[in-house]
Amino acid sequence: MVTAPDSTLVPEANDISDIRADNTGNFTFPERNKFDSGFGITSKTIDYISDVKGDPDWVREFRHKALKVFQDKPMPTHWATKDLENIHFDEFRYYLSDGQKPKRSWDDVPEDVKKTFDRLGIPEQERKFLAGVEAQYDSEAAYSNIKAAVAEQGVIFVNSSEGLKEHPEIFKKWFGKVIPTGDNKFSALNSAVFSGGSFIYVPPGVKVKHPLQAYFRINSEQFGQFERTLIICDEGAEVMYMEGCTAPKFETATLHSAVVELVALKGAKIQYVTVQNWSSNVFNLVTKRGIAMEDAEVRWIDCNIGSRLTMKYPGVIMKGKRARGEVISIALANSGQHQDTGAKMVHAADDTTSNVISKSISIGEGRATYRGLVHIPKHLKGCKNNTECDALLINTNSRTDTYPAISVRGNQHSTQHEASVSQVSADQIFYLMQRGLSEAEAMSLSVNGFINDLVKEFPMEYSVELKRLIDLEMEDSVG
Amino acid sequence: MPTLAPVPQTSSMPSEAAPVAAPPAGLEIIAPTRNQSAMPAWFLEKSAAAWSNFQSLPVPGLKDEAWRYSNAKKIALSTYHPATAANEHIEAEAVAASSGLAETAARFVFVNDRLVVAETDRLPAGVICLPFEEALQSQAALLQQHFMQREMTLGSAKFAALHLAHVRAGLVILVPKGIAIEQPIEVFHWIAAEHTAIFPHTLIVTEDNADVTVVDHYRTLKAETGLSLAVADLVAGKGSRIRYIACQELGDKAQAMHLSSTVTARDAQVKNFQVQLGAEFSRSESVSDLLGEGSHSEMLSVALPTGDQIVDQRTLQNHKAPHATSDLLYKNALYGKSRSIFSGLITVDKEAHFTDAYQTCRNLLNSNEAEATSLPGLEINADQVKCSHGATSGPISDEELFYLKARGITDGESRKLIVEGFLADALAKLGNGPIADMVVSRIHEKLILAV
Repeated sequence: MVTAPDSTLVPEANDISDIRADNTGNFTFPERNKFDSGFGITSKTIDYISDVKGDPDWVREFRHKALKVFQDKPMPTHWATKDLENIHFDEFRYYLSDGQKPKRSWDDVPEDVKKTFDRLGIPEQERKFLAGVEAQYDSEAAYSNIKAAVAEQGVIFVNSSEGLKEHPEIFKKWFGKVIPTGDNKFSALNSAVFSGGSFIYVPPGVKVKHPLQAYFRINSEQFGQFERTLIICDEGAEVMYMEGCTAPKFETATLHSAVVELVALKGAKIQYVTVQNWSSNVFNLVTKRGIAMEDAEVRWIDCNIGSRLTMKYPGVIMKGKRARGEVISIALANSGQHQDTGAKMVHAADDTTSNVISKSISIGEGRATYRGLVHIPKHLKGCKNNTECDALLINTNSRTDTYPAISVRGNQHSTQHEASVSQVSADQIFYLMQRGLSEAEAMSLSVNGFINDLVKEFPMEYSVELKRLIDLEMEDSVG
Repeated sequence: MPTLAPVPQTSSMPSEAAPVAAPPAGLEIIAPTRNQSAMPAWFLEKSAAAWSNFQSLPVPGLKDEAWRYSNAKKIALSTYHPATAANEHIEAEAVAASSGLAETAARFVFVNDRLVVAETDRLPAGVICLPFEEALQSQAALLQQHFMQREMTLGSAKFAALHLAHVRAGLVILVPKGIAIEQPIEVFHWIAAEHTAIFPHTLIVTEDNADVTVVDHYRTLKAETGLSLAVADLVAGKGSRIRYIACQELGDKAQAMHLSSTVTARDAQVKNFQVQLGAEFSRSESVSDLLGEGSHSEMLSVALPTGDQIVDQRTLQNHKAPHATSDLLYKNALYGKSRSIFSGLITVDKEAHFTDAYQTCRNLLNSNEAEATSLPGLEINADQVKCSHGATSGPISDEELFYLKARGITDGESRKLIVEGFLADALAKLGNGPIADMVVSRIHEKLILAV
């Protein structure tokens, strides 16, 4: 859940004299970091992180190699926005933590961290409908818990540092295999300095009834968060994972660059739900990809609100016969924001199908971009792709772009791509205002109508929250 | 790019080739020769500047977005030399083979960039319709205003510079205010020797409410190789209409790079139809700048690549004025191991409210080895716009095939009918008449071979 302000949870006044707050997650606690890698990134930074985290040697080596790749790779500005040039890697801190182990009980979590997540409604939701929760504060998990019943089924749900130390036999097999270090500049950066994120393993045949949730919070200024998530769903297993992200609004830029790898073995199903509500100075450059074996299914359900620049193209490699990939994406770009999102569908076996539905809304001077890739190589048969992207422009200065790439080989496949751009029509607004709604309410209702069929794909609690966030973003957009 | 490529020798030349020694190949190193006394100074200057521009520009690399999925190095400049005059027999043969429309307002045949036939007596009075070299002498003002005035933005700046450095053939047309030329103007460009490059140019300018149709044919004679590096500039004045059809039927080992650009003034209507049938590698870049309110641009293409042919299409619909409309329809029916790359972009400027812009690319894959890539793009900066794009790639549907076969039509004939049907909506934009008949018959000729 992104934010859930609740007056009963707001700490008393003397407690929060140094907290800035509003109702969109924009509040901070003072930093009290025991470990701080300092500004900039060199091989010393890598050693510092490895020392603090007590990495095994193979991880330390992996990090150093990745740093080299990161330094050698140019910024992808030949196709991506020039705004990337405003990222000054020397002005970020790459690792911050208080040196505490993740707590299994909310009572043990340090007071200010607990208050952060209290304000965002995390423990409350855990009780209500989650099978497990992990809460990450800057570089490390502050809290991590899984319900006993789920753990008894053999489900592993820990942070990535614990995962690589305690379950190396599963972790090592898939880590960095779906997204190799050199995939892009930011996956290389993540591979060099990753910390936190979830490691999930679901044993064969286990269907986790309730969602597992991770919550990512940036609390410190000029900081880069680099979580690394690896989810492995064994044969016939099913899991739904949800992540929420927020950061307070600092004066300076913040960097979030995650790598998420999903592995759905034969007949497995993974649903990965993201609702991000970054503040508008976060560079959010995330690499997410899943691999689906025979009869498996990987679904990305992605909602991007906030951030200065988001570049995120969740992908599915359909490696086994009849595998299925899906990306459902909602992006909302307000003034000063650029949502550059999309999907990559790589068909690598017969009879695989993929579906991409993307809806974007540009408000004020916001810019929403769809970038897609569909690849169907030769010697396959029966592959199908459907791509739909619709854009809604709210104001005169709003901007939207669409850049798909569809490559099909052979005559036994079919693909279709459609995109449309439209506005909320004057008729629609007039109709609603006739019935007593204000112009802003009418606009908000129309926008919610535009994305309604996608919102239904989110779990109920998320979709309620999503609508509320959209209403918040729509404030002041008309008139 | 190799700076000094091996020079192909004359051994492969047909026996009746010109008795002069073949010039050395290597377009990237051989400076164009210009008759200094016969050409105006401003043009010589421009041409020389273009040559140095060409030399300084790099060949677009694989990472160049404008060449994504394609490869500029496929244009093997080092194997070509500028065209030299063919002998009389070959010219006569080319003229005899220049079959196209039965009725025309004017008709021109160029062989190896040399004018061989010019029939202009059926043109209405006042119309300027001159071969390029002649226009250089008498139409300096017109050329200085419109000749290659726009930057090439779709990736071929280097090749456009090469065209400008070498250009000597083609037509310059000015249709004055209110004149409608009923019959089309037809032009044939022949490559008539191996390893020969031609640089045909077409400039069409219409004044207010004028109306003209121009058909360019690009063909090879007694040669398998060859490069046609053509540029067409269409400048449509207020309320005028231009229909431009480029029919590329070069030999199987030839290469084509056809750059066309359209500018529309208020209420102007332009149709740019590209037929791509020949050449092993053909790249077309088409830009429409909609500058006038209420103007309309149609961009159409039909391609039928077979064997190892590659069709590389780049388009831009650039909306800069309100209430303008543009419609793009590209149809590719692919056979064999052929490939098509379509990359299109619609941009709508801040001021271009009430834009209607559509872009559709459809690929019909008729073999398991064919490959179609579509990159349909949109960049919208205005509101109150209606924009959409669609791209599909797929095979002939089993149901359609079954329907026809159930009626006793053979498999081959059924497939041919379905492909004809697939191409029909693009061809229908040519209307009914001799031009549509001519284009359809050229396509059918190739289709019969393909099936």
